[in-house]
Amino acid sequence: MTERKTIYKWFFVWDFDKEEQWLNEMALAGWVLDSVGWCRYTFCACEPGEYTVRLEMHGYDPQYVDFMSDSGAEYVGRVLQWLYFRKKAADGPFDIFSDIDSRVAHLGRVGTLLTVLSMTNLLIGVMNAVCGNRIGIVNLLLASMLTYGLGRIHEKAQALKRDRQLFE
Amino acid sequence: MRNEFALTESTFYILLSLLRPQHGYGIMQSTLEMSSGRVRLAPGTLYGALSALCEKGWIVQLPVPDGSRKKEYGLTEQGVKVLCSEIERLRELLKNADEMMEELKND
Repeated sequence: MTERKTIYKWFFVWDFDKEEQWLNEMALAGWVLDSVGWCRYTFCACEPGEYTVRLEMHGYDPQYVDFMSDSGAEYVGRVLQWLYFRKKAADGPFDIFSDIDSRVAHLGRVGTLLTVLSMTNLLIGVMNAVCGNRIGIVNLLLASMLTYGLGRIHEKAQALKRDRQLFE
Repeated sequence: MRNEFALTESTFYILLSLLRPQHGYGIMQSTLEMSSGRVRLAPGTLYGALSALCEKGWIVQLPVPDGSRKKEYGLTEQGVKVLCSEIERLRELLKNADEMMEELKND
């Protein structure tokens, strides 16, 4: 039986590139992602560098998962809107996006989610504050944190859009 | 007919590949071959582009034969027109570049 190990780790949604980088560092060290859950990553032993791992916010879409499988990527699992894939390095380079536009569109999806969550918390926080409930402070803190995340995503998208003026 | 905008390289190669009806993976393969390994369409980008091109009416999903779950796509008449006018535009770019370079050489 293949050796397995589980690591519990937290990443902010706007640091999804760091999450992906960490998963690929694990694969380089001989541990490839085998299943995912809420803050839970289960790895199985592989040859160091045998796999490339990618993740993407897409939402549950069986047709898309089929499409990815047809292109040679293996579906690992899903956490809410986030899909995780892996592909053997021997089968060629693996990226989910190959142009600036689709990367910007992906960041846009993440941004929309953060905006909705942030607005909801702001609304709940303000309503609680108006009613004199102290708990509202939690929502206001969450709202400001999510807004910070939105800023980070916006920055990343802006950097790409600057390139977009010159390149594809 | 003239296109309003220039096509992206991905769009151009997708339309060019679809002169012969193919499924998604086929498009990735033929693009890679035509560009001698330079243009590697990534699946997420291709998936988004295919649905956008269907919405535009430049390509269509062809009826799936029984037992196959892979969707094939083909160009519509409008798709062919868009592709041809893009080829014209690219010819113009190249022609101008060649003429300019030629003039500089003769100066």
